[in-house]
Amino acid sequence: MAVRVQREDFDPGHEIARMGAADRGIGAVVSFTGLVRDLAGEAAIGAMTLEHYPGMTEKELARVEAEARARWRLADCLIVHRHGRLEPGERIVLVVTASAHRDDAFEACRFLIDWLKTRAPFWKQEETGQGERWVAARESDDRAAERWLKPG
Amino acid sequence: MKLLYFAWLRQRIGKGEEDIAPAPPAQNVAELIDWLKARGPGYAAAFADPKLVRAAVNQVHVKFDAPIAAGDEVAFFPPVTGG
Repeated sequence: MAVRVQREDFDPGHEIARMGAADRGIGAVVSFTGLVRDLAGEAAIGAMTLEHYPGMTEKELARVEAEARARWRLADCLIVHRHGRLEPGERIVLVVTASAHRDDAFEACRFLIDWLKTRAPFWKQEETGQGERWVAARESDDRAAERWLKPG
Repeated sequence: MKLLYFAWLRQRIGKGEEDIAPAPPAQNVAELIDWLKARGPGYAAAFADPKLVRAAVNQVHVKFDAPIAAGDEVAFFPPVTGG
């Protein structure tokens, strides 16, 4: 179980392989990798900068992870989130979950990315041809997180 | 009391953090926002629409009726956009 907040890139293949090797009781490893896109609506993006709240970010990600462990039977779990300046195509976030059977790993992985998107204190600022702008929170992200408020 | 500002709140206020001593005369987050709005045009602009602002006390998300005390770390920021 781990949470990492870092400027550097990460290697999803390495993290996934490492998780599966840790425990022979693991039968399923699920991962989500988030990438920087080159378009936001109509505007082309040159790059984006992720600002965060050092200290709270790590604590909030740990709380999100603890919630997932309370809801599903996870053998292991990893969240890696980058900050700083990122260009289109670069990786932003990695969530990996491992469990004995696939249902727990699939559901927990989806929960973790939905939940952290509305809780972890990160803010994206995009560089466009018209200058810099702060990304507005999306209602669809709130909806995605809210569905996990219901039991099950 | 330690105050932190992030994203466009930081830009409008012109700083990312400040220590205020003695602590502001505010019992909760909403009262602190009212007190800050009177400190200058940058603060007034940052808190012009409180619906766009979120708060954390001691690094935990809170609602605006959350109580605050002198030694607290209070942060203000827009809705988060990570992931």
